[in-house]
Amino acid sequence: MDAGYITPFVKSIQNVFSMMLQLPVTVNAPELKQDRAPTHDVSGIIGMSGDVIGTIILSFKADTAKSVVTLFCGEKLEIDSPDFADAVGELVNMVCGGAKALFTDTKDVSISCPSVIVGSNHGVALPSDVPCVVIPCQTDCGDFVIEIAIREAGAGAGQAAASTSTSA
Amino acid sequence: MKVMLIDDSKTMRNIQRSVLRQIGIEQVEEACDGQDALSKVTAFAPDLILVDWNMPNMDGLTFIKTYRKIDKTTPMIMVTTEAEKSRVIEAIKAGVNNYVVKPFTPDLLSQRINETMSKCAA
Repeated sequence: MDAGYITPFVKSIQNVFSMMLQLPVTVNAPELKQDRAPTHDVSGIIGMSGDVIGTIILSFKADTAKSVVTLFCGEKLEIDSPDFADAVGELVNMVCGGAKALFTDTKDVSISCPSVIVGSNHGVALPSDVPCVVIPCQTDCGDFVIEIAIREAGAGAGQAAASTSTSA
Repeated sequence: MKVMLIDDSKTMRNIQRSVLRQIGIEQVEEACDGQDALSKVTAFAPDLILVDWNMPNMDGLTFIKTYRKIDKTTPMIMVTTEAEKSRVIEAIKAGVNNYVVKPFTPDLLSQRINETMSKCAA
């Protein structure tokens, strides 16, 4: 994956969390996801299409997600309520929208409406031919990760935009 | 003043509603996509419309193009994650009066609302 696609997400995460939640984010070194094991409890997922295709996942432990959503919405929400999922979806939407604006000066990229998975220790299956980069993030509300599995359209086989969820 | 909020995210509508309340605007109608907005906008007759871009059923750009055929004057502000210059130009060509990129601060949104209303009243 082009490293130029990583920095926009780092900047966008920090921008969204500081502006909407007043929550500073410390971003640790990105790493290649080696296995496809289940990750977290709450995931916001967005597909990219156009000149860049693939999937972005913002993934939290349940307690972290609850704290983040409380800050974002200004009230405590039940983790299984539609409003909780809506808030997580809007966060991943803003992170992806901000990131793509930083790398699409010459590229036409669209993002999908977000999907949200809530379920203990779930996994999100991604196409095996697209490398997935994980960016670990630390906040006072807890840690979370953003997983980036994107590539330029035509740069490889397979449909990178497709993703499916599995529960463990 | 009456404001219509069009956004598929209830969270975002709540945040915008809170900003509107801070600047003294209480008459607010909400719509969850462009189609929903078209079914409500004539009866509500808003003085200002805040509209998201990416929504299911009918996106914001399609709503703006459709609504501008029947109403050329009601001020509209696009509030969206779409930050590329080409998108801003596309929205302005379709008929929006101002543009706010998410994420935004409450101050920025209220400033854009005030400047849009002043400009359109002049």
